[in-house]
Amino acid sequence: MNVQAWTFLLVAASFALYIGIAVWTRAGSTRDFYVAGGGVSPLANGMATAADWMSAASFISMAGLISFMGYDGSVYLMGWTGGYVLLALLLAPYLRKYGAYTVPDFVGDRYYSRVARVVAVVCAIFVSFTYVAGQMRGVGIVFSRFLEVDVTTGVVIGMAIVFFYAVLGGMKGITYTQVAQYCVLIFAYMVPAIFLSLLITGNPIPQLGLGGTDQASGMALLERLNGLQQELGFAEYTSGTKSTLDVFMITAALMVGTAGLPHVIVRFYTVPRVRDARLSVGWALVFIAILYTTAPAVAVFARTNLLANVSGRPYADVPEWFHKWEATGLIGFDDRNGDGLIQFVGPDAVDADGAPVQNELRVDNDIMVLANPEIAGLPDWVVGLVAAGGLAAALSTAAGLLLVVSSAVSHDLLKRTFLPRISEKGELVAARLAAGAAVLVAGYLGIHPPGYVAQVVAFAFGLAASSFFPAIILGIFSRRTTREGAILGMVAGITFTGWYIVYFALLHPELNNARNWWFGISPQGIGTVGMALNFALTWTVSRFTPEPPAQVQVLVDLIRVPRGAGAAHEISA
Amino acid sequence: MSADPAREGVRRHPSVTDPAARAHQAAYWRANIRYLAVLLTAWFVVSFGFGIVLARPLNAFRLPGTGYPLGFWFAQQGSIYAFVVLIFVYVVLMNRLDRRFDLDEGDDA
Repeated sequence: MNVQAWTFLLVAASFALYIGIAVWTRAGSTRDFYVAGGGVSPLANGMATAADWMSAASFISMAGLISFMGYDGSVYLMGWTGGYVLLALLLAPYLRKYGAYTVPDFVGDRYYSRVARVVAVVCAIFVSFTYVAGQMRGVGIVFSRFLEVDVTTGVVIGMAIVFFYAVLGGMKGITYTQVAQYCVLIFAYMVPAIFLSLLITGNPIPQLGLGGTDQASGMALLERLNGLQQELGFAEYTSGTKSTLDVFMITAALMVGTAGLPHVIVRFYTVPRVRDARLSVGWALVFIAILYTTAPAVAVFARTNLLANVSGRPYADVPEWFHKWEATGLIGFDDRNGDGLIQFVGPDAVDADGAPVQNELRVDNDIMVLANPEIAGLPDWVVGLVAAGGLAAALSTAAGLLLVVSSAVSHDLLKRTFLPRISEKGELVAARLAAGAAVLVAGYLGIHPPGYVAQVVAFAFGLAASSFFPAIILGIFSRRTTREGAILGMVAGITFTGWYIVYFALLHPELNNARNWWFGISPQGIGTVGMALNFALTWTVSRFTPEPPAQVQVLVDLIRVPRGAGAAHEISA
Repeated sequence: MSADPAREGVRRHPSVTDPAARAHQAAYWRANIRYLAVLLTAWFVVSFGFGIVLARPLNAFRLPGTGYPLGFWFAQQGSIYAFVVLIFVYVVLMNRLDRRFDLDEGDDA
């Protein structure tokens, strides 16, 4: 069987599995739909969270980005794992104790205000759509390359699948589908990584291989790569080029954003007890860490392969995979000096006489993981497996996000704000309609994507960090926080961050460089400043506005102790 | 939706009516905050400290027995392992604290 046949087979088999699970576990009540009936075990919930969390950005895009960024890529590794510590210690147990269905629910009740609830709903929808846009581009890339259909058809197939199981199954269906998706995606990620690690370092464990010895040269692998990088005029791999402040800010924005992402937070409402919520964050991070500690190894293997095998090679004898990716437009070769060789070099490259050499190869970050097995000459079934894994990652996250959007509309906007008399059945219908509409919007964003997968996704984190995180943390840890403070803080935080991102990324992309940024902080890192602004405003305004009603303060006391956490339910204080 | 039973439950809850219960809960909360302070300090030091601010100087050293520059290792491997350990330490500490203060949940919640 060839690559395409294997891809069809593995993708179809995995999709059949997800749909089977969705039908098996479909939601019968709103409680099933929003929080899976609150009866998921911490281990299963941890696994589902990991799949929900690890998106096309983690699976497809991240190792490629790290591969190009070297040390600077650490922002994604630390940023997208460190947030789980904040989630476990500062958010998950308390939100579970509170037992609402959604994040805007908590914000609306804690801040005794309809306005706060609506602000939170708007933030949740905004963050979720930014994030979904990134996923859909991932789906498009996988389909366009491996099924050799055009991107639009690929996105439509993907959306049909997500629609089917998110709309039918709700949270309950999604949770068990995501457990299956985690298994598919981690297997698909590890198999090529182990192959590559064996090939390059002789050690089957990628995490050890990365710190091991390169078999071709007998040097430490990272040392060899640093050497190759410098030879070809790139910066040293293990040092990076971003300013320390920017690395700090981006990492912080991603960490805090992780803890503030509504589709992640809501997962901890699905376990039975507070202590299960704590434990399930731990399990989630274990499952995530398996991929996240492998990614830097994959990045280094891919980089070493690319520099050692493609650079300087005659274009006439590049392997087949090169031409296939060329057809998608994601690899481009432009023989500027007409010598028929591929000059793949960095900005500081010079030839033997000291004259500068121009780079002739353009490789899209997003294809590194997908192309890696082919570059290394791994068997065809591994290539197909990676395609299935990439789709599992993109679809599981898209489904989780669509659920947030649909519950924001049906529960937070209709049931809790505008149509309190809506019946349970009506609410469920509204939730499914909202999910359907969200699928269409997400599909549109997938066909007209606004940028690199990981870049678009990183913006969503900035927005989440600057809006929800301070409101939730202060809501739990400071009784004195008032609705006026929280509303002003959320609005100011997300407006400031959104404006900075839109200004540099959309309105003036030509100014988007370190010289024009405030203090050299990139749009990806600005969420940290937005968050600080939000914290400062919320805190200050709360000191000058009437203190929250007694009931709300008692509620805060109750959230702080585990005893008495019932199933997720509606409280109004 | 008016949820009056829940509201009444809040008013009559021992943490409102009984000063001893209130003091007990306050002590529990202080112990919790102390744990958080220690664990979050460790969280900050391994990632922002060793992995970012001190990464360059630490890169002069190797992680013993491997080819990893130390700062690079913290940024791309070590900090992630530390995060996992920190969460499980927190889980154990809090489960113990809940039992000590008799504020834990039953097994059949």
